[in-house]
Amino acid sequence: MWDLVLGDRRINSLRLVAPMWNGTRGIHRLGGAVVPEGNQKKERTILQFLTNHFYDVEALRGYLLQREMSKVHMKNRSFTWLEEQHGPYSAGAFFILKQGGAVKFRDKEWIRPDKYGHFSPEFWNFREVPIEAVDASDCEINYEGLDNLLLLKELQSLSLQRCPHVDDWCLSRLYPLADSLQELSLAGCPHVSERGLACLHHLQNLRRLDISDLPAVSNPGLTQILVEEMLPNCKVVGVDWAEGLKLGPEEQPQDTASPVLA
Amino acid sequence: MIRRVLPHGLGRGLLTRRPGTRRGGFSLDWDGKVSEIKKKIKSILPGTSCDLLPDTSHLPPEHSDVVIVGGGVLGLSVAYWLKKLESRRGGIRVLVVEQDYTYSQASTGLSVGGICQQFSLPENIQLSLFSASFLRNINEYLAVTSAPPLDLRFNPSGYLLLASEKDAAAMESNVKVQKQEGAKVCLMSPDQLRNKFPWINTEGVALASYGMENEGWFDPWCLLQGLRQKVESMGVFFCQGEVTRFVSSSQRMLTTDDEMVILKRIHEVHVKMDHSLEYQPVECAIVINAAGAWSAQIAALAGIGKGPPGTLQGTKLPVEPRKRYVYVWHCPQGPGLETPLVADTSGAYFRREGLGSNYLGGRSPTEEEEPDPANLEVDHDFFQEKVWPHLALRVPAFETLKVQTAWAGYYDYNTFDQNGVVGPHPLVVNMYFATGFSGHGLQQAPGVGRAVAEMILEGSFQTIDLSPFLFNRFYLGEKTQENNIM
Repeated sequence: MWDLVLGDRRINSLRLVAPMWNGTRGIHRLGGAVVPEGNQKKERTILQFLTNHFYDVEALRGYLLQREMSKVHMKNRSFTWLEEQHGPYSAGAFFILKQGGAVKFRDKEWIRPDKYGHFSPEFWNFREVPIEAVDASDCEINYEGLDNLLLLKELQSLSLQRCPHVDDWCLSRLYPLADSLQELSLAGCPHVSERGLACLHHLQNLRRLDISDLPAVSNPGLTQILVEEMLPNCKVVGVDWAEGLKLGPEEQPQDTASPVLA
Repeated sequence: MIRRVLPHGLGRGLLTRRPGTRRGGFSLDWDGKVSEIKKKIKSILPGTSCDLLPDTSHLPPEHSDVVIVGGGVLGLSVAYWLKKLESRRGGIRVLVVEQDYTYSQASTGLSVGGICQQFSLPENIQLSLFSASFLRNINEYLAVTSAPPLDLRFNPSGYLLLASEKDAAAMESNVKVQKQEGAKVCLMSPDQLRNKFPWINTEGVALASYGMENEGWFDPWCLLQGLRQKVESMGVFFCQGEVTRFVSSSQRMLTTDDEMVILKRIHEVHVKMDHSLEYQPVECAIVINAAGAWSAQIAALAGIGKGPPGTLQGTKLPVEPRKRYVYVWHCPQGPGLETPLVADTSGAYFRREGLGSNYLGGRSPTEEEEPDPANLEVDHDFFQEKVWPHLALRVPAFETLKVQTAWAGYYDYNTFDQNGVVGPHPLVVNMYFATGFSGHGLQQAPGVGRAVAEMILEGSFQTIDLSPFLFNRFYLGEKTQENNIM
């Protein structure tokens, strides 16, 4: 009865949300290999059916979900002790490197973890050297984790490409970096929408912004135009909005097979 | 293959649940079978119908520990926190009674959906901060396995409050309190305002306060739906009906000063079904009044306010419905994507809606201009005469706007001090209030729900102390005034 009573708006929003939810596949294989479409659907309905009929399956799924969420929480805890001991730059660098990202101190080379997650401990000596660039692509940074990033007051370039937990709330937290941040990349973040992009107007020193491939943005062309208006000194890289322009009626390609409509 | 095989084993397995109670699943249509059998028997046997098993699925249960009157965001929030904070799973039976499942007049659905921390009372700021963190982590709080995650469509664009010369000092002290409580608000001068938002006309503005984080607006329907789904999965019962009577018992007691007080305890709630005289008496231990604009009627049913005026028995619940209009207009040259929710010195407010140069806003009428709350008809002249001039003065681009649509909704307006009423009534011992928030109920709902649940389960407020919002203040005459109301 509840579903019958819902207006179209709600049903539409459900449809918008449902395709992005991949069930346990999404949790276990974030950013992993893509399962072929047919198998996905079959997996999903069997799992759905089992969850609706067996308490055990529902409880197990709930437990697995909770475990994934607490793993992300652990990764994003604040390293306040490290900050007191070694200064904000080293603490921030440790956080990023632990997550799998890369940092670049001023006048030094990029420090990246290798494929086993190990990284060189030389940055512990760089107490006074500020961090210029952070590449946090594919890292599981969320709102709480940004605490560690915001310590880096001289950050000039930040890349948050394909971060699965970066959403509009996180973007609203970036304003303390307004004085120094010149380059920001949000390409491929699944939860960033035009509402989060609206609060980037604080970053007045931004010179390059990458907002390509954002699946949650409803109207990429229009959003790009509005963001360009909002940040006049910034080069916004994203959708080529001319692509979205439809051909006018006189330019419609003639289909010789179908009858000509008046 | 598997799907065809399983239905035969269903219903006979030891581990299966009764089908038909789960939405979106396989259903044996047991109720349909029963009614078919009854029809067959009736057609065979002559005489009057024998109703041995009348259908009572639309009625509420006969016993419930807690009955929540009102199924809006506040009622559902209290239900959620009661189930979340109970010490044993399934320990408390909760029933939510809502008179209108379409929520056509409920304040939640008709709300503008804003959340801000720019209040003058520390308790309000705390409530709002907690609500912001609740909304941010909504998929952890309201996670239901096998349901997609909720998309609140939150716009973190912040609130911009403008103050004239005479209000500037009050705004400064408010911002100080807000910063102390942990809200991220900054003060701006007219010059800084013009730099940041060139479309503003700063004439008459002495100071502005701008919320940088945790402020903005979201989709209240999504929150309501998410709460509803989660609360149903936690085992709360829902019923559509109207509360028509409370059956209570009274006891005379002497206070320490040897004064006689009559304490009442509600034992039963009579819930009447729609369009019929059928009612169900629900035996209950605690009643929660979260009826929003209709809270005063529910309180009157419980006998609150029936006594000589000036006494505690004679103190009514001072919450009444007030009609507020919201107008949506289109203005192609209007402010850009970065527009916060702007609240003008005159009380007019507006915000962006979507990507297509649409804006929505309104203004609270003064006491003399209060519209009649009997229905939700919109007065378009109010926009022309009382709202548009102020908007056009503040944002010159709005001189060429075109109104697209408008609607009206109720504020559960607390005529005493425009702040919520939370907590038990001193005389009707088991009635708890969660109402009267005068326009900011939606943004404080998670915090208030938790506070009421703590009060019921632990006996006192544990996380946020809402003692300034208790009912006693109406009798004692102590106002907890909130200065920033829109």
